[in-house]
Amino acid sequence: MTDAGVNFHFDVDGDDFSSAGAASVEVKKHLRQLGFPPEVIRRVAIAMYEGEINMVIHANGGTADVLVLPDEITMVLRDQGPGIADVSLAMQEGFSTARDSIRSLGFGAGMGLPNMKKYTDTMEIETELGKGTKIVMKVKV
Amino acid sequence: MKLHVLSDRLSLTHICGSLDKEAKGVYVGDLLSWVMSHAVEGDVWITIMSNVNVAAVASLTEAACVILAEGVEPDPETIRAAREKDVTIFSDKRSAYQLCRSLGALFSDG
Repeated sequence: MTDAGVNFHFDVDGDDFSSAGAASVEVKKHLRQLGFPPEVIRRVAIAMYEGEINMVIHANGGTADVLVLPDEITMVLRDQGPGIADVSLAMQEGFSTARDSIRSLGFGAGMGLPNMKKYTDTMEIETELGKGTKIVMKVKV
Repeated sequence: MKLHVLSDRLSLTHICGSLDKEAKGVYVGDLLSWVMSHAVEGDVWITIMSNVNVAAVASLTEAACVILAEGVEPDPETIRAAREKDVTIFSDKRSAYQLCRSLGALFSDG
């Protein structure tokens, strides 16, 4: 890997649970090939997966960009969904606005954003109602 | 303990995936985000969820295998995704509790 790092871009389809997690699995595979420690890979994969699932459930999809540097991995998730009305409420474990049909698939436990924060070193949320949400997460190696 | 030993001892129905992986522990759960954050590498994951996302979660957590309890059958799409991701899936008629008891006895016997 060069000092400039490696970039990965993914389009996350909305309402397509069959491919949800594809970006996370792909990133995980690349990080393993690049020789990152298993715990770093696990943290990135969990945070990415939760972000992907959130975009599928709430925002009709979006994009994920991952910048891999030797000492830091940055994930940028962007969507044009409805935005998050109350970020501090959404950050509480157990709070979810997911539909019952989503819950029946095993999602909507209200663990998505809390897990993303828990498994990353920094997480910043920019959200605007009716416009969308951008989340930047960093994991230090 | 290798999955082929575990599978033989518990008479599990093998749906797909390698039997050569090493099972190190057990995790039970159906809420996928919860499982994502608590299951660890090498776990035998017992669940009644059978949709395609189970394959993704098993792969990301590096669970040794998934056991679908209570006679739950996997969706065809789940089997396809599991094969792609090298996820091992079994099914069994027993409940999660009964499977845990059997697995507990098996692990303590070595």
